[in-house]
Amino acid sequence: MEFIPKIETVGLNFYYGDFLALQDVNIKIPGQNITSIIGPSGCGKSTLLRCFNRMNDLIEHTRVEGKIVMNGRNILEPDMDLISLRKRVGMVFQRPNVFDLSIYNNLEFGLRIHRMLNGKEEVMEAVRQGLEHVGLWGELKDKLRKNARALTLEQQQRLCIARVLILKPGIILFDEPCSALDPVSTLKIEDLLRVLKQEYTLVIVTHNMQQAARVSDYTGFMYLGQLIEFGRTKQVFTNPGEKLTENYISGRFG
Amino acid sequence: MVRENFIKYIKELEKEVTEMGEMVVAAISRSVEALKALDAIEAKRIIADDTLINRRRWDIEEKCINLIATQQPVASDLREILAILCIVTDLERMGDYAEGIGKIVVMHGSEPLLKPLVDIPRMADKAVGMLRKSLDAFLRRDAQAAMAINSEDDQVDLLYEQVSGELLTCMIKNPQTISRATYLIWAAHNLERFADHVTNICERIIFLVTGTMTEVNVSRY
Repeated sequence: MEFIPKIETVGLNFYYGDFLALQDVNIKIPGQNITSIIGPSGCGKSTLLRCFNRMNDLIEHTRVEGKIVMNGRNILEPDMDLISLRKRVGMVFQRPNVFDLSIYNNLEFGLRIHRMLNGKEEVMEAVRQGLEHVGLWGELKDKLRKNARALTLEQQQRLCIARVLILKPGIILFDEPCSALDPVSTLKIEDLLRVLKQEYTLVIVTHNMQQAARVSDYTGFMYLGQLIEFGRTKQVFTNPGEKLTENYISGRFG
Repeated sequence: MVRENFIKYIKELEKEVTEMGEMVVAAISRSVEALKALDAIEAKRIIADDTLINRRRWDIEEKCINLIATQQPVASDLREILAILCIVTDLERMGDYAEGIGKIVVMHGSEPLLKPLVDIPRMADKAVGMLRKSLDAFLRRDAQAAMAINSEDDQVDLLYEQVSGELLTCMIKNPQTISRATYLIWAAHNLERFADHVTNICERIIFLVTGTMTEVNVSRY
């Protein structure tokens, strides 16, 4: 595969205590594409995702070895500014985790944390753009003071995506972004992802193989902490190179 | 092992494809026998029986569509179902060639054959052998065997050239033979096309095994 990777891991090992959760993972994730990571529960896919913005640092007794290179820099270096890293590498979770605040304040919150506020008008403009981007502006523009928890789950998940977008990240990580949503909302979020990939690098961890097949350009298959196969989604789902991948995606185990 | 049911369905489909293949083998063999004997009654039966082959094709096709719609097959499962869809389309067409020979027998009527048939039954034997081998290669997922079968098509082509050359000579020598010779050329042509469809089946087997579409044999006809 010929591309300059947006994220590249080199010999990545990750330990929870003595347990080796990621073993010599070498992956090159292309920019402005959707990459899915699939694999059975416990294979390390979420751990890998959380390495990309060093969310694992929040868990005690963990250890990481190897390199994760983004824009020419190893983000695992101890002097890495984690706040700025997590701003550049946003994350969307399984269940929409909106704050118990108004829609407006949910969006403004990140701007405030990152001191990106420049007067009310600019904040409003950022909020508008964020909501517009995720297709919520039309339906919510007159309800910005409403509590975000009153929204439907799909709207909440969109709001969470908008909350990430507003900080202008280059990369967005999605950990099972649709598993709490119904099938129609799922397809709508997938449509949104296809739009977002024109500007952002998206990495999705999903249990839903059909989702990976539908939405992603590249797919990585993980098993027991190892990256077994990585390639174009079309290739992985029609003619995988590894028997293990074939057995997993065709439902023969997992 | 999960998805046992799905795997069972696939195995059943494979069995049905080979059964359909045997129906086509029977049809083409019977049609050449009917031609040898100029047996119009048998020929009419062959024509009628083609419906059974057609029905079998729709039946298998429907099962494939159901599996795609309900089981979301991927990787080699998907390739196999797609291969089966193509193979049954070829088999159905090959059944039509047998039916076509039946129709030629009916058209030929009671006038004696221009000459005793030698090369036409040879073509049929060769083509039937190719079909049986291809179905066997399909069940065994044997891309190499499928590749080897393709070269046999050249032998069928050669026989066809021989048959049509001889018949052309007859027609030139004696224009009275034109209609009877034409019927035989048609029959030989049907067999030649029959063998070409076996090479299509072989291409699908190679695709099923390797995941790549390869054009293996460009027939001269």
